[in-house]
Amino acid sequence: MTAKAEVPPKRKVTPLVLEWMKDNLLTPWYNAVITVVLTVVIFVVLRAILRWALYEATWDVVLVNLRLFAVGPYPEEAFWRIWMSLGVVSLLAGLSWGVWGGRNLTPSAIVGVLGAVLLVLPVSSNVKWPMVGILALFILAHLASMGRTGFRRPLVWGWVLSFFVILFLLKGLGGSTLLTSVPTSKWGGLLLTVLLAIVAIVASFPLGVLLALGRRSELPVVKLFSILYIESVRGVPLVTVLWASAIILPLFFPKGVRVDNLIRAMVGMTLFSAAYLAENVRGGLQGVPRGQYEAAYALGLNYYQAMRYIILPQALRAVIPAIVGQFIGLFKDTTLVAIVGLLDLLGIALSVIAQPEFIGLQREVFVFIAAIYWIFTYAMSYSSRRLEARLGVGTR
Amino acid sequence: MATVPVTEHTRPPFWRDERVLTVVAQVVFLVVVVLVFTYLYNNVQAGLRARGLTGGYGFLQQRAGFDIGESLIPYTADDSYGRAFVVGILNTLKVSLVGVLSATLLGLLSGIARLSPNWLLRTLVSAYIEIIRNTPLLVQLFFWYMAVMLKFPRVRQAVELPGPIYLSNRGIAIPWLRPEAGFPVWIGFVVAGIVIGLIVAKWRTNYEERTGQSGYPIVAALVTWVMFAIVGWFIAPGTPATVAKPELNGLNFQGGTRMTPEFAALFMGLVVYTGAFIAEIVRGGILAVSKGQREAAKALGLNDVQMMRYIILPQAMRIIIPPLTSQYLNLTKNSSLAVFIGYPDLFFVAGTVLNQTGKSLEVISLVMASYLSFSLLTSLFMNWYNQRVKLVER
Amino acid sequence: MKRFTLSVITLVVALLVITACAQNQATPTTAPTEQTGAVTEQPAPTPVPTKQEQPAAEGSLLEVVKQRGKLICGANANLPGFGYLDQEGNYAGFDIDFCRALAAAIFDDPDAVEFRPLTAKERFTAVQTGEVDVLIRNTTWTLTRDASVGMDFGVVTFYDGQGIMVRKEDNITTLEDLQGAAICVTTGTTTELNLADQMRARGIEYTPVVFETADNTFGAYEEGRCDAVTTDKSGLVSRKSLLQDPEAHVILDATLSKEPLGPAVLQGDPIWHDVVMWTVFATIQAEEFGITSENVDDFLNSEDPGIRRFLGLEGELGENLGLTNDFAYRVIKNVGNYGEIYDRNLGPGTPFELPRGLNDLWTRGGLLYSPPFR
Repeated sequence: MTAKAEVPPKRKVTPLVLEWMKDNLLTPWYNAVITVVLTVVIFVVLRAILRWALYEATWDVVLVNLRLFAVGPYPEEAFWRIWMSLGVVSLLAGLSWGVWGGRNLTPSAIVGVLGAVLLVLPVSSNVKWPMVGILALFILAHLASMGRTGFRRPLVWGWVLSFFVILFLLKGLGGSTLLTSVPTSKWGGLLLTVLLAIVAIVASFPLGVLLALGRRSELPVVKLFSILYIESVRGVPLVTVLWASAIILPLFFPKGVRVDNLIRAMVGMTLFSAAYLAENVRGGLQGVPRGQYEAAYALGLNYYQAMRYIILPQALRAVIPAIVGQFIGLFKDTTLVAIVGLLDLLGIALSVIAQPEFIGLQREVFVFIAAIYWIFTYAMSYSSRRLEARLGVGTR
Repeated sequence: MATVPVTEHTRPPFWRDERVLTVVAQVVFLVVVVLVFTYLYNNVQAGLRARGLTGGYGFLQQRAGFDIGESLIPYTADDSYGRAFVVGILNTLKVSLVGVLSATLLGLLSGIARLSPNWLLRTLVSAYIEIIRNTPLLVQLFFWYMAVMLKFPRVRQAVELPGPIYLSNRGIAIPWLRPEAGFPVWIGFVVAGIVIGLIVAKWRTNYEERTGQSGYPIVAALVTWVMFAIVGWFIAPGTPATVAKPELNGLNFQGGTRMTPEFAALFMGLVVYTGAFIAEIVRGGILAVSKGQREAAKALGLNDVQMMRYIILPQAMRIIIPPLTSQYLNLTKNSSLAVFIGYPDLFFVAGTVLNQTGKSLEVISLVMASYLSFSLLTSLFMNWYNQRVKLVER
Repeated sequence: MKRFTLSVITLVVALLVITACAQNQATPTTAPTEQTGAVTEQPAPTPVPTKQEQPAAEGSLLEVVKQRGKLICGANANLPGFGYLDQEGNYAGFDIDFCRALAAAIFDDPDAVEFRPLTAKERFTAVQTGEVDVLIRNTTWTLTRDASVGMDFGVVTFYDGQGIMVRKEDNITTLEDLQGAAICVTTGTTTELNLADQMRARGIEYTPVVFETADNTFGAYEEGRCDAVTTDKSGLVSRKSLLQDPEAHVILDATLSKEPLGPAVLQGDPIWHDVVMWTVFATIQAEEFGITSENVDDFLNSEDPGIRRFLGLEGELGENLGLTNDFAYRVIKNVGNYGEIYDRNLGPGTPFELPRGLNDLWTRGGLLYSPPFR
């Protein structure tokens, strides 16, 4: 039953459609039955879905609230900061693709097509032009940097720097007029979702690596502590961690100190994510052959040097796909911040379906945001698979 | 790890002696950890005191005062907070247990179907897996609840299926047994039937292994059990149970048993979501069974189903069990999302208790400890099972 | 290798920045007021008040609020008429106006307030943890909350009672008709407890369907998940206007409980508590005096010693509270008296048209009664 799945359809000199159908749909006899039944089911279901999506659904609820879905109540006069942040990301992405992706014009072409489509679409001009600019930036950066492998190091630094620049840009500064401070209660929608996921994964990285090293440490106290932490956190649901961090964290500080809601959610997600990251990294550490450790110590390196120059570089390289996978999970898990009252993409969706003029349109809203989440996570898991292939992880 | 044998004249001064350093490092680490924890603990205590909140678990005996929509044990507002907690824990266990079983079944079938030679089936299942895995569970739960369950017809216009089974946005009402006088006796027979059925199964399996003849252990056990149930039905005094049919009485369905839309949504959401992940695990496990096994099975003349049942799945199980365990744990933990759609699970009840009492640390510690024990118990069970599967390998 | 160094450095910096962020959020910013060139250390978590004329105010939340330059008010974002986001995304409503009145009393600026939307469930934690300075979010004053949840109440802004809304087509007129009903209710409220008590007292079997947010509760009721929905009557009136067909629903006459709604502050801070209480009393007293935001300036020439004291023209009533003497004037001028606040949000001309009922001056048969300003 399963044997044929691994074998791609055989290429014959005359690839006949009938042949393919016979192999894949009609033999043995019960497959023919399955095919017929499924065809009917798929036809009925698809027709119902399409009819709903095209004729019955009221997509106004999405169109009217697009801005809320994208950035939540972020003030309109500060939108340029979001555009600028996107520009920075687009620039860096273009450069990275050029530097690492080799001489391949496809990404630019795809982005170009996207831009062209955008130009034609009836989008309001204060969204259209910034978007087109950002896409153009990508193409320019990509074309300019193609194949220049020397840029790799500065680029990594660029990404690192951009993280802080963007956070600063979005937050602003109290007291200044150009970059007025935007309180975090005004961050929302997809913007907040993406920020939460990125901050949590970046911030949990050092903690996760330390915990992984601790778990493999030969010092019993450190090892016990790491195991306790990792296993307790992995044993409880994220909502309880978020809840605890929302309720207990402020108690750690003296009276009168106010810890922002968003910060508390970020701390909760970071602490949670660190335990899972530690397990991923531990997997990588276990994958490093014992000879490497022995060789490192034989060279006279101490523990720190051995980890820093020999072991971790190999271990981390091996777990990149796992970390990407964890990031995808984290991206989906950001929905749980609704429990602490943050307006992430799902939070916005819930408030939109409560709008009196759009009562009863839950399906449209949920289908829409599910599609957004799907696009993001699918794109990430797709690139992760590509990355995996490129890094040759698992083949060595 | 790589210590060179240290002789007298090469021994370094103590501040560079690795053995001394490890001890020192650990002591320092321990002291730091203890200090940090003491500091935080004191802060919390001081904070709670300053806010007029006193600690202690004594409140668990106080009257709860709130009602809970569905419960496996009798519960009223007059019961204690402690009992409310138990209600929540049982509700969590209920949805987790049923969910784990159903998700395993769905995952197993989807995993196998994804490798089917039938292109249409394969593609359909792949689409299911890719869509479900790449969208957040919480969004799916809201979808199941608000966009599916609550969109069922209102209770007056409930859809009637044969049975009668009624579908409405109050849930699904199905006929159920109503215990009568002889019920305890009959239940005793049913339980005895299960026990003896198991013994029979064991005996038939042994026979099968000893002789190589088919012993039909499962069939034999089932027959034993059914016979016990039937005999018990007639031996019990009076009728052990009657079938109660649900009927619309006043505002809601009375009689029979009802599955609330909250439970149904949570159940569907968890099963469909976890099933997609399990399907991928099953697929990986099956693909990992070497091709030679398959060819050998074919050569023996086994058909596809037999090959799956006797050759591939038993071997795939070894690879499948560990990741499957973590999916079971995930499902249990994810059941805490019930709070968003109003199913009174542990986390939900704890939230209400916290809100009515203000005992934040106590309630949170109870919740965390409960989930940790669930995880631990599941892990232990699965490890035990894994050991058994390993033994079968020989 | 290099990648590793890079990542480590990144992460260390990341952590630093995040802690810095947290710091930034955590410490009440004093930046705008600090103009001395020599930047001293970060302000200590509990800000040490500078020279103050009222030594009594030391260590009080009032000082923290003054230093911060704005009030943080725990509010409802989902209850039209009381606390909600209007079309432009600004907070508005009856409760919101009392937040603004408080800001006006302290800063003479009704906009010096940041609203923090809270669910029923998280509201007390938010006060306990100091996340909000004051909770003005249709919160019922009960003994438990006053005594063991760590809140301090003291003044009622709205006298309410719990009610039940049902569909007209169900022909339910009394609580007894609700036998076997499913009733939607929001968690973390006294409503949930009152419902249990009342139904139990009457021996009525019912199924509670409990939700986290009022949006979900009323959404589920509207879809027909429940036969009835219960919350404060004012909330029912406000929510009813948002239902798809408000005419198809009816609010039962029965009142399940007394619901005195008022602001809550953290227990153990009498100074801050007084400020909140007397700001509310000022709006009530102003209505009694007949002072409105429009004619308040005319009263500055008043001869009546009671009014002169009230407006801060005589005596030191305000300074004794830790505010300025004209705090009542500021409140009335910026926000208005109780009657104005009521009419603006709930009275005639609004979709709710709630009669004043108990929420009228004691002189007109209501329960509003301000202790004397002297």
